[in-house]
Amino acid sequence: MIEFRAVTKRFEDGTIAVDELDLTVEAGTITVFVGPSGCGKTTSLRMVNRMIDPTSGTILVDGKDVLTVDPPTLRRGIGYVIQQAGLFPHRTVLDNVATVPLLSGWDRRKARTRAAELLEIVGLDPAFGKRYPAQLSGGQQQRVGVARALAADPPVLLMDEPFSAVDPVVREGLQDELLRLQAELDKTIVFVTHDIDEALKLGERVAVFQTGGHLAQYAKPAELLSAPANDFVASFVGRDRGYRTLTFLHADVPVHPVDTAKLGQRVAVTDWTLVVDDQDRPKGWLSGVDGEIEVSDQDLIAGGSLYDGSTLRGALDAALSSPSALGVTVDDNGAVVGVVRADDVIKALAKARAAGEVPK
Amino acid sequence: MTWIFENWDRFWEVTGVHLRLSVVPVLIGFVLSIPLGWLASRSATARAILFPLANILFTIPSIALIVITPVLIGVKILDEINVIVPLTIYTIALMVRSVADALSAVPGHVTAAANAMGFRPLRRFLTVDFPLALPVTIAGLRVATVSNISMVSVGALVGLGGYGQLFTEGYQTDNTAKVFAGLIGTVVLAVLADGLLLLLGRVLTPWARAGR
Ligand SMILES: Nc1ncnc2c1ncn2[C@@H]1O[C@H](COP(=O)(O)OP(=O)(O)OP(=O)(O)O)[C@@H](O)[C@H]1O
Ligand SMILES: [Mg+2]
Repeated sequence: MIEFRAVTKRFEDGTIAVDELDLTVEAGTITVFVGPSGCGKTTSLRMVNRMIDPTSGTILVDGKDVLTVDPPTLRRGIGYVIQQAGLFPHRTVLDNVATVPLLSGWDRRKARTRAAELLEIVGLDPAFGKRYPAQLSGGQQQRVGVARALAADPPVLLMDEPFSAVDPVVREGLQDELLRLQAELDKTIVFVTHDIDEALKLGERVAVFQTGGHLAQYAKPAELLSAPANDFVASFVGRDRGYRTLTFLHADVPVHPVDTAKLGQRVAVTDWTLVVDDQDRPKGWLSGVDGEIEVSDQDLIAGGSLYDGSTLRGALDAALSSPSALGVTVDDNGAVVGVVRADDVIKALAKARAAGEVPK
Repeated sequence: MTWIFENWDRFWEVTGVHLRLSVVPVLIGFVLSIPLGWLASRSATARAILFPLANILFTIPSIALIVITPVLIGVKILDEINVIVPLTIYTIALMVRSVADALSAVPGHVTAAANAMGFRPLRRFLTVDFPLALPVTIAGLRVATVSNISMVSVGALVGLGGYGQLFTEGYQTDNTAKVFAGLIGTVVLAVLADGLLLLLGRVLTPWARAGR
């Protein structure tokens, strides 16, 4: 657990980077600090491992005032990941990951064994261990950065925009990976970003900072979307926050049956028909035509996103992105189960609201 | 060339002296320029003093420095110290800048990451900053070594050994072959020393060529 108690940081030039911050990061959760550039996220984070010391106030990590601990000792117990990964260019990937164990006095073999283990945990081929950081892609370097931070198994992990320098597809992969890791490792993670989508996806709780170092709101993602504390938070979480609220709702949407046809089959197509392959996986849509046709690849209209049965947002998007306005639902094997409709999603939302499941 | 083979023992002896007079100042100068370069990379005040001083020292002709050194430090005029001290000063003047530049060029996110992982200052310097500064430092060391090897010859003017002695003797006895022998010796020694340092750099910094 990390507690900020009335923490203020005023730099020598008079800049107030953090203003009377009161906030508790619960143990075993991911807490995200989000806000516009210069609002004091990095400063707040760095006060936890004493890269910066507060002007006033107290920070407690697991009940202990950090100012009473010698910085190098404190830092070896707190993992830290930054945007550029900060890997040592002159050390192999394996030795980079083994850094903190070696600093803490482990013998070299044990540290290397542990490092190889961690490469696997973060989803990297152990063969990468022999390379130098310059021989890895940006996304792979970030994984190494995470592995290095985890090497000595610190209970606390600080992450400062760790994924913002990689492309959106890789970023999404890294985010999913972090959530998977956290489910296993149960660390206390503070994650800094200025990307509200990333914050809402990763954070169990999200702290929205306002310029000037003020904490504007500290709440669960769903609550931020449905009940922003002020105009700043409302505009920061974005105009489509109503739509995004759907991400946090898992209400039932009725699944309707749908006409299907297989490639090469002769069928009379009167209405929208879903074409599937031999394993019943969706291939595309056929719109209504006169008479009977033999289904061929050329007739297919590409489908929209698939609904995996998880959130209302996925259901709505599947319906909205489908040429037939019918969102295709698939099972774990990718086989078609049926279709969902946008109006059913709206009804489900109304029901969830009536049941008090949407935070006010 | 024939002179060299006919006077092999003499040539070999002169080579040994030349090597000693040029390498010892490089080693001492290199070791001293590390803390000075570190200071210059950390503090603007140190930089403001050390860099102009290095420039000034470098403009003093080597012969002048070699001649006044015995007066300044009170040793005999024929002592090897008279070459070693000035050349050490030249090496420092050259290397302070290399070391300072090399240390300043270590990326801030790398040193920040090192701090965040709990490195203490000395260990960080020895295992992170300095190794990362090596490629640029070794480049400076190569320049210093080669220029020292050529400057040692000036020592002959105050009667010291090395290839310079072959120059002066050759001139006095109108023996061109002897002058050439000194010349060839100097060039070969410089090329060898340079090549050796280049190789050393490659062995010590395999990472510097990774990812290209
Ligand atoms: N060493 C410093 N001296 C003076 N002012 C500083 C210093 N470090 C940061 N600041 C100022 O403090 C404020 C907060 O900086 P901080 O780096 O914490 O912002 P941030 O929220 O992390 O921003 P970003 O999203 O751009 O990384 C900024 O106004 C910044 O200019
Ligand atoms: Mg920042």
